Amino acid sequence: MSDQEKKSVLLEIKDLKIEGYSDEKWIEIVHGIDLTLHRGEVMGLIGESGAGKSTIGLAAMGFTRDGCRISNGTVLFDGMDLTTATRAERRALRGSRIAYVAQSAAASFNPAHKLIDQHTESALLHKVNTKSESEEDAIELYRRLRLPNPEEIGFRYPHQVSGGQLQRAMTAMAMSCRPDLIIFDEPTTALDVTTQIEVLAAVRDIVDQFNTAALYITHDLAVVAQMADRIKVLLKGDEVEEAETRKMLADPEEDYTKSLWAVRSFKREQKPPPAANETPLISVKNVSAAYGPVKVLDGVSFDIYRGQTVAVVGESGSGKSTTARCITGLLPPSEGEILYDGSPMPPRYQDRSKDQLRQAQMIYQMADTALNPKKTIGEIIGRPLQFYGGLRGADLKKRVDQLLDQIELEPSLYYHRLPSELSGGQKQRVGIARSLAAEPSFIICDEVTSALDQLVAEGILRLLDRLQKELNLAYMFITHDLATVRSIADVVVVMKEGKVVEMGPKDEMFKPPHHEYTDLLLSSVPEMDPDWLTNLLESRGVDNIGEAAHQKKA
Amino acid sequence: MGGVLPLIGKRLLLGLVTLLVVSIIIFGAVELLPGDIAQQILGQSATEETVAALREELGLNRPAYVRYFEWLGSAVQGDFGTSLANQRSVAEQLGPRFANTLFLAGLAALISVPLAIGLGVLAALYRNSVFDRVANAVSLVSISSPEFFLGYILIVFFAVQNQIFPAISNVTPDMEMGERLYRTLLPAITMALVVTAYMMRMTRAAIINLLASPYIEMARLKGVPNSKVITRHALPNALAPIINVVALNLAYLITGVVLVEVVFVYPGVGQLLVDSVTKRDFPVVQACCLIFAATFILFNLIADVGAILSNPRLRHPK
Repeated sequence: MSDQEKKSVLLEIKDLKIEGYSDEKWIEIVHGIDLTLHRGEVMGLIGESGAGKSTIGLAAMGFTRDGCRISNGTVLFDGMDLTTATRAERRALRGSRIAYVAQSAAASFNPAHKLIDQHTESALLHKVNTKSESEEDAIELYRRLRLPNPEEIGFRYPHQVSGGQLQRAMTAMAMSCRPDLIIFDEPTTALDVTTQIEVLAAVRDIVDQFNTAALYITHDLAVVAQMADRIKVLLKGDEVEEAETRKMLADPEEDYTKSLWAVRSFKREQKPPPAANETPLISVKNVSAAYGPVKVLDGVSFDIYRGQTVAVVGESGSGKSTTARCITGLLPPSEGEILYDGSPMPPRYQDRSKDQLRQAQMIYQMADTALNPKKTIGEIIGRPLQFYGGLRGADLKKRVDQLLDQIELEPSLYYHRLPSELSGGQKQRVGIARSLAAEPSFIICDEVTSALDQLVAEGILRLLDRLQKELNLAYMFITHDLATVRSIADVVVVMKEGKVVEMGPKDEMFKPPHHEYTDLLLSSVPEMDPDWLTNLLESRGVDNIGEAAHQKKA
Repeated sequence: MGGVLPLIGKRLLLGLVTLLVVSIIIFGAVELLPGDIAQQILGQSATEETVAALREELGLNRPAYVRYFEWLGSAVQGDFGTSLANQRSVAEQLGPRFANTLFLAGLAALISVPLAIGLGVLAALYRNSVFDRVANAVSLVSISSPEFFLGYILIVFFAVQNQIFPAISNVTPDMEMGERLYRTLLPAITMALVVTAYMMRMTRAAIINLLASPYIEMARLKGVPNSKVITRHALPNALAPIINVVALNLAYLITGVVLVEVVFVYPGVGQLLVDSVTKRDFPVVQACCLIFAATFILFNLIADVGAILSNPRLRHPK
């Protein structure tokens, strides 16, 4: 391939408009996007949810989800217009020349078939290879992507393989026919930071090796900075701006882009440590717990003081949420106890008094599923007021209005609405109001911002911070996002495999030296510097990144 | 397979316990009926003394639980007592009849299961098409029509007006296979019509339910054609609910034959049950109920085991 060919235009989208069907009419959700992608080039598409990133990514394959249609524009792939191509023509391209890597590999691999059978499906379908050839190729790709036991891993079922490995196996699958273009649709969003690095490195590697072009869709700016040659910023179906990665990071032109860049600036002062003789509000003492025969917590101890925020960090499966379940009494610990203000609480929530129950409230990750879809906002917030406070009639209404004011939602507008009529951030605010309604002294926030866009998440964090100051609340903040920890925590507790690995005041925790695992976690959080991944890989060595490092140190 | 065997063993044990409970209920229900066997045998003209003497002779004076365990003990060994109506052994009477019922139900299953799954897959594949709508409408009609009504309609069309099949399915043990099939076909079709509809709709729904899954979208984005998306990617994951509805319908085929057998005068267990109830022949009624219950429990068990085996997570533990 000559240099000329290498740089030729592969994908050209012109004035693309896409409509979605809702409430019995077609509404435009993508308003005329232009996009040019050259061979071997990686373009990052970034924006908040609802920006139309995935819709555009799928349209680049000539695919729209049910209830969507391309209403205008052309999608030229190597000279062929996919908007006018026949079904058979489009199908012939998919998997062979344009491949797709989905957000959740765990959900996107068919649970009923072995990995390698799904890997070879495209190649067999498009008659690129024979079965045995493509199996050999699969193993070769697994090796290149540094999957453990490349010879054998393909013959497992998806549920037998970990999330990060599945995501790499899916990247391998996308490469099976050596496509010209791969659409990566948030491929690392569902992963832990240590696993994310592994996948990012693998993706970058393989795209380089085969001179594959890619559209890299994500809402994480630091990630896209590592991956993309150029970045296009989208907002509600419109393009905001497009530029070379370095230029975009250093010198964004539009205000919206600047605001995205500035999100991570929120930081509140760390509070002074509590007085030596102060009784902790909540004290987790040597708690162990198990789900059936599976032990998930092993001797966990930490204290939470009035008005302070304790951030509990760790990867999925480290026991963060289980600790919360033990504190609230949903899961009685097998050993140890929970002290409230110095006196032990009954392990089961059924045995706790109303007042004990009232003191510890929870806010959940998925506000969508945590709010009853059939109840109005007023009823949802009013329920704990009736249950704990016994409020009725006008008193009840008045208190709900106060709470709505506190979470910055106008009572007259929101009292009678249903959760489905609210945005994600507003729903999370309602979740906060519901927990405040009980007038607790302590709130557990379980990944409350991880399902939200960064700007919205920022708003929630500021709100929680303000409420903490006003009401002297203690928070236990469960999260895997270290940026959040940096902005709001007073004390950090690092958990791994059901144990507390390290804990201490935030200022000390973000300064070396650390426990090795804390160090691994901290250094794995992507930074906005486009050279961050390259430098990190160099410092860790290729065989010592992400999961591998994790396992080695374990 | 280490994880599967204990699961299956547990289900088996539960099935046995259920059967035991059912046997208690059956025995208890018969106990609660007014009058006892002695009165039945002797009729209304009997004197107090003769009834008491017979009770003594049959052991009816002993407490109920003793008689229950006696009945259960011999039932387990295949002895269901003797019929009051004709003094023959119940087992002897029931055996060939049960074989006939199994034959009829088996034939109905052979017609309905492949038909239902095939139609269900096609309906899912061409959903919202004319084919899907017709299949749905027809299946709704056949679900809503009681089987005795369907049976009579089939008799009118295929036995009376056109005389293709016999209206009465009187099979005998020495009949040849071909003749037997021919005579059983009409009742088998009647039953197949009823159960096919359920199974078809369930197959369709189970598959369509999965079509929104990310792995189905992934398959489409790999260029897999629609027919393969359904058969290779959706169907294997829809097996558990399909196996469930199939097994339950097979159980229904065996226990639900009563009406159809009566309509076609087919010599199966259903006929026998209806006859015995009218004659108040308690030992036979008890035995029939127990057999029906056992069949139902057995098929539920098969459904459970099938669902376990169709789940790759259980079949291939980590």
